[in-house]
Amino acid sequence: MCGMNKKKKLKSNLITYGMVIAAFIIVQILQSTGHLSSLLQGLLVPICVYVILAVSLNLVVGISGELSLGHAGFMCVGAFAGAIFTKCTQEAITIDLLRFVLAILVAALAAAVFGILIGIPVLRLKGDYLAIVTLAFGEIIKNVINVFYIGKDANGFHFSMKDQFSLGMEPDGKIILGGPQGITGISKQSTFLIGVILILITLFIVLNLIDSRDGRAIMSIRDNRIAAESIGINITKYKLMAFTVSAALAGVAGALYSHNLATLQASKFNFNTSILALVFVVLGGIGNIRGSVIAAVILTALPELLRGLADYRMLIYSIVLIAMMLFNWAPKALEWRERYLGRFFKKSVKEGE
Amino acid sequence: MSLLSYLINGISLGSVYAIIALGYTMVYGIARMLNFAHGDVIMVGGYVALTVVLSYSTNPLVAVLVAIVVCTVLGIVIERVAYRPLRGAASPLAVLITAIGVSYLLQNVVLLIFGPNPKSFQSVVPFPDLKFAGGTLNISAETIVTIASCIVIMIVLTTFINKTKAGQAMLAVSEDKGAAQLMGINVNGTIALTFAIGSGLAAIAGVLLCSSYPSLSPYTGSMPGIKAFVAAVFGGIGSIPGAMIGGIVLGVIEIMSKAYISSQLADAIVFAVLIVVLLVKPTGLLGKKIQEKV
Amino acid sequence: MKKFVKLASVVCVAAMMVSTVAMADGETFKIGGIGPMTGAAAAYGMGVMNGAQIAVDEINEAGGVNGVQLEFNPQDDEHDAEKSVNAYNTLKDWGMQMLLGSVTSAPCIAVEAEAANDNMFLLTPSGSAVDCITAGDNAFRVCFSDPSQGTASAQYIGEHGLAEKVAAIYDSSDVYSSGIYATFKAEAENQPFEIVSEEAFTADSKTDFTVQIQKAKDAGAELVFLPFYYNEAALVFTQAAAMDYAPLWFGVDGMDGILTGVEGFDTSLAEGVMLLTPFSADAQDDLTKNFVAKYQEEYGEVPNQFAADAYDGIYIMKAAIEQAGVTPDMDPSAICDAVKAAMTEISVDGLTGSGMTWSADGEPSKSPKAVVIEDGAYKGME
Repeated sequence: MCGMNKKKKLKSNLITYGMVIAAFIIVQILQSTGHLSSLLQGLLVPICVYVILAVSLNLVVGISGELSLGHAGFMCVGAFAGAIFTKCTQEAITIDLLRFVLAILVAALAAAVFGILIGIPVLRLKGDYLAIVTLAFGEIIKNVINVFYIGKDANGFHFSMKDQFSLGMEPDGKIILGGPQGITGISKQSTFLIGVILILITLFIVLNLIDSRDGRAIMSIRDNRIAAESIGINITKYKLMAFTVSAALAGVAGALYSHNLATLQASKFNFNTSILALVFVVLGGIGNIRGSVIAAVILTALPELLRGLADYRMLIYSIVLIAMMLFNWAPKALEWRERYLGRFFKKSVKEGE
Repeated sequence: MSLLSYLINGISLGSVYAIIALGYTMVYGIARMLNFAHGDVIMVGGYVALTVVLSYSTNPLVAVLVAIVVCTVLGIVIERVAYRPLRGAASPLAVLITAIGVSYLLQNVVLLIFGPNPKSFQSVVPFPDLKFAGGTLNISAETIVTIASCIVIMIVLTTFINKTKAGQAMLAVSEDKGAAQLMGINVNGTIALTFAIGSGLAAIAGVLLCSSYPSLSPYTGSMPGIKAFVAAVFGGIGSIPGAMIGGIVLGVIEIMSKAYISSQLADAIVFAVLIVVLLVKPTGLLGKKIQEKV
Repeated sequence: MKKFVKLASVVCVAAMMVSTVAMADGETFKIGGIGPMTGAAAAYGMGVMNGAQIAVDEINEAGGVNGVQLEFNPQDDEHDAEKSVNAYNTLKDWGMQMLLGSVTSAPCIAVEAEAANDNMFLLTPSGSAVDCITAGDNAFRVCFSDPSQGTASAQYIGEHGLAEKVAAIYDSSDVYSSGIYATFKAEAENQPFEIVSEEAFTADSKTDFTVQIQKAKDAGAELVFLPFYYNEAALVFTQAAAMDYAPLWFGVDGMDGILTGVEGFDTSLAEGVMLLTPFSADAQDDLTKNFVAKYQEEYGEVPNQFAADAYDGIYIMKAAIEQAGVTPDMDPSAICDAVKAAMTEISVDGLTGSGMTWSADGEPSKSPKAVVIEDGAYKGME
């Protein structure tokens, strides 16, 4: 039984990897034959960003069973850490790719540190209280970065939390992070190839964690905390592990995001972005990693595809969102699907459960 | 003197949070769901009252009543169409996300009808402000009315829940839906009633919010909505007096940190205080301890 | 997971492929517009799109540009840099040859990086941050830049001896507001007044301004500088009136709209407010009167300064096209090369200034007009 399960899981994981690789190959073919619209070309990197974000959040929400409403905060830490690193080492490291890889590592590390710092107090709480505290941390991160100034001149780095004049720089000094102005002039490094590689790495980390001994411990805490504790599972350790890995991956998504646009402001990483990530996870199926990937792709592309509707675009988007939620989650809808679309959906419904 | 006037301003702001938080906490307490669309129902209430006042130039009280009726109906419809089908879904998060969809929907419908430009609101409160110490201290009439409404609503709600049959049914549903059903309580009807009351309260909150801070746009509800949610958690979500206390404490902290620490970091400080409170008292100021079932 | 979702994704991707190739047909000039049409900044983006549409309709009715009709395609960016780039790419697929946008600063910086790369002509009606037009020589703007507004405001207050003690309230979460304030503060050092109180607010807490007003009052400020938009200003005036505080109020171009933009606002509260603005909807010249009448007829509202900037933007494009002699069958890069050279040669009389000219770095040369609100209307000041 166990062996069969393993086989099934391996197959399912391979399908997930295969799906990403197939999508990459199709896009490459289309691109080289010139059939790819500018819109889609521009959307490729954002889609990768949100896929990574969704998968990382699913680790917390689906696997660890904790509702996090502040995931954008970790993305924010990663985005700024990566962008500041790139700005600071622009001259020191001349190989673009090397610098970008290092920036991603810095972003992951910074976000992971925040994950631990926030995780230790937060994970003592439960349910909706935990959710609101993550929301609070997300907002705090955003607000603090919004008043942070970093400048660089011949004497080295200057920091301030007041305004750019308090940096006390020489006239030749350059502002790296300008509070609400954020960072501008980040060189564009993110490409679809790098994005896809990062997705594969993210999937590899998350899927392996789920299938490992640690992953089973994490899921046992989710399913029954008291029972897990009684058989000697260290709850804090495993919860923190999931939370930190998730934060680090969100940081990677942030770095990919910040190296795709010429400008970066903390205000982007607000409550709405956290909620958007949660929408991906819930729509795709809580705990279902492949579902998160697909949901992130669809919901990132959907508002762009609805552009033809002009003024009604966001209205239709919200209706589609509600309809998809009802279709995918309402017990009645699931029943109806099984009855009338049984042939097509039977397997997938079971899988979804 | 300025300390005192900051305190008064904090209480005014807090009273608005409190009245929004009452609706949040009521719905959460009974239906166990975070209704993220609550802030947007408030916004709709504001627009309805505004439209009535502008187009029929009636008594402001009539406008408030119309807003209450419209929002109550809206609340019932939202519950029926978007939330009820998801009762019994595999995860409680499904309905949370749907609530967010409803929130976007309300914002965009209002955006299409009324346009993006903010509207200013003539206060529905027909009294003058109270001024002390030669005008240096000023308590606005809106604040007094908001606090009075908060207290009245709090007393009425508590009495309703504890003394009436429908109220007892709500309590039963919040404790255990299955058992309540077995006892012959109409669970769906009770939850619909909860949403009706919560949305009616949202209309009152909307009118008072717009009277105190006269700028109404399709996005007016979202930020006060989140703040009120924080206030409700602060006071212990599900607790009606907790919502009121949480709201006022939140308002005072926000104004005080703006005044004495940093106006840029006021939001961060509010959230930091929230975190500290929850770490010390994980169920908020007046929250009940949740019993864990194995 | 759900096959339904899989199916939907296939449909999505297919739809994206189909909606690809629709290049310029060579019969009209295709002008794209990008700005927030939903979200909290929608009032600004809608103003731009409506104002631009009026100008396009007028030009087309009068026979077009060199006999060629204009086509205008507005796209929503929700005031988000990432969405703004998506909008830009959508417009490229549509066959855009020139861009009017983005409306707000941060998205404009992101779009300009892309446009500079493509050598697409970009004219932002209202992106006032310096970096909005610095990525390449393809970008120009209609409005003043943040530094020029901040500096001009400080100089005006200083030179006219309006006050000795000045307070400032600004939105520290907003690029526009904090940008103007930073240069205002820098210039204030050289001016004969003192900043006695500087208080910020953020996008998350912009309903209650009592603390900021109280601090200005306690510091004895005779003038309060308000570098932000009229929506928040309406709240500031209301709350200050309740606190019996009546200093001189000094605003910037975002303040334009205080008399007309907030429906139901008691405009007597704005009495005596001074602002530097290039446009006033109450001006009595024929151009403004005609524009305001048309706007009210079409959209039922009084246009704000964003609408005026966009209206001028389209006419500036027209003048530049005529000067450069480009034709609609040229590709965007060739049009850009010709038009950006022409931009430095033209002079345009518009709603937001007469005899506007541009330098090669994209900055307009026009002087802000100081106006004061008297009896519910703007009155020019010296």
